[in-house]
Amino acid sequence: MSTQHQSFSEVTLQPEHHGSTRRIWVVMGILSVITLIELLLGFGLARHWYGDPVVNYHLILFVKGVICILTLLKAYYIVSVFMHLGDEVKNFITTIIIPVMLFVWFIISFLWEGESWKNMKNTNAGSREYKTEQLQQATPAIQQHEKP
Amino acid sequence: MSTSAIPTGTKWWSGGRSPFNIGYGKVMMWYFLISDTFTFGAFLISYGTIRFSANYWPDPNHIFNAFPGFGHQDLPLAFVSLMTFILIASSVTMVLAVHEGRHMNRKGVEKYMILTILGGLAFLGCQAWEWTHLITGEHKVLVDGALQTIGTTVSHNPWGPAVPHDVVAKLAVEAGEHVNTLGPVAFGGYFFGITGFHGFHVFSGVVVNIIMLIKTRLGHFDQRGHYEMIEKAGLYWHFVDLVWVFVFLCFYLI
Repeated sequence: MSTQHQSFSEVTLQPEHHGSTRRIWVVMGILSVITLIELLLGFGLARHWYGDPVVNYHLILFVKGVICILTLLKAYYIVSVFMHLGDEVKNFITTIIIPVMLFVWFIISFLWEGESWKNMKNTNAGSREYKTEQLQQATPAIQQHEKP
Repeated sequence: MSTSAIPTGTKWWSGGRSPFNIGYGKVMMWYFLISDTFTFGAFLISYGTIRFSANYWPDPNHIFNAFPGFGHQDLPLAFVSLMTFILIASSVTMVLAVHEGRHMNRKGVEKYMILTILGGLAFLGCQAWEWTHLITGEHKVLVDGALQTIGTTVSHNPWGPAVPHDVVAKLAVEAGEHVNTLGPVAFGGYFFGITGFHGFHVFSGVVVNIIMLIKTRLGHFDQRGHYEMIEKAGLYWHFVDLVWVFVFLCFYLI
């Protein structure tokens, strides 16, 4: 029996993966290794870099950026191999990729908005020096308790 | 990889064939998944906006540090790594089911569909445990000078900035216990909202996979001459795994 099923007259189905599952296992290995690296970096953030006065804010940001890039790599492997998008024709891949490109704008503009919102709150819309209110909110409650 | 049987120089747009060379159902599944991508994307980006606008945000390593059977040991990321590997494994069994389906091997499809369903159920069980642990795990919080004991819900967040040690010493608290102030309420809403929406997708995926397993067993796909339905269910299931990769990133890792 032919291993190919021909069920749609308008579609030419492509011979698949030489009948082997090797590629699937390779990708599973890649995904697991990337996840382990992410976890190691995450443990680093949790155990050593947070609250360490020697390590600066930019290193934490850099590590988080690396984790984000590794996640995008995982997404690429899942979509390309597990969802077989990499095996489709270019016409179809394009119709998926172009709408998803909107995320570049979507993420940048809304995170920018959040950052700007924080600045507005902390400077009272630019009318005073930058200071955070979070600890001030917590402090009156503590002082109240200390009075008696 | 797949050296296609499609002749080079095929005129895709001159009619008589699908310019995408893919069945209608699969095209529509892909476009549904794009719309779902934007729904999840909007949720996660909204979470990011609120988190960027806040002066204080709880550290996930303090919140998600429990593992069933290990009591109060501090094990950040451990349980959620288990959940991640369960989902990756079930994604692999799904792609193997699709592979068997393309070779018209009914027994193989059945075997891998059962494994995929078990993986999905295991993931849901883990999520149920995690939610229960968060909601019922109560923590001491200093609110308006008085101590309260609250769990993490959509309206309460006990994970605010820590109260200084000298103040804690004056409160009637057991030694070694941490006291926080109230944290941002949005945290619970986003966490339960987004992981809940994802969990609902996993649940739907398990239901779809069970239906596909029954249809495989009844021989429907053999009669039809192809296993394309397994491929469509597979696309959905991989999408659920894909979303988890980003939920894992946004809530647990960074």
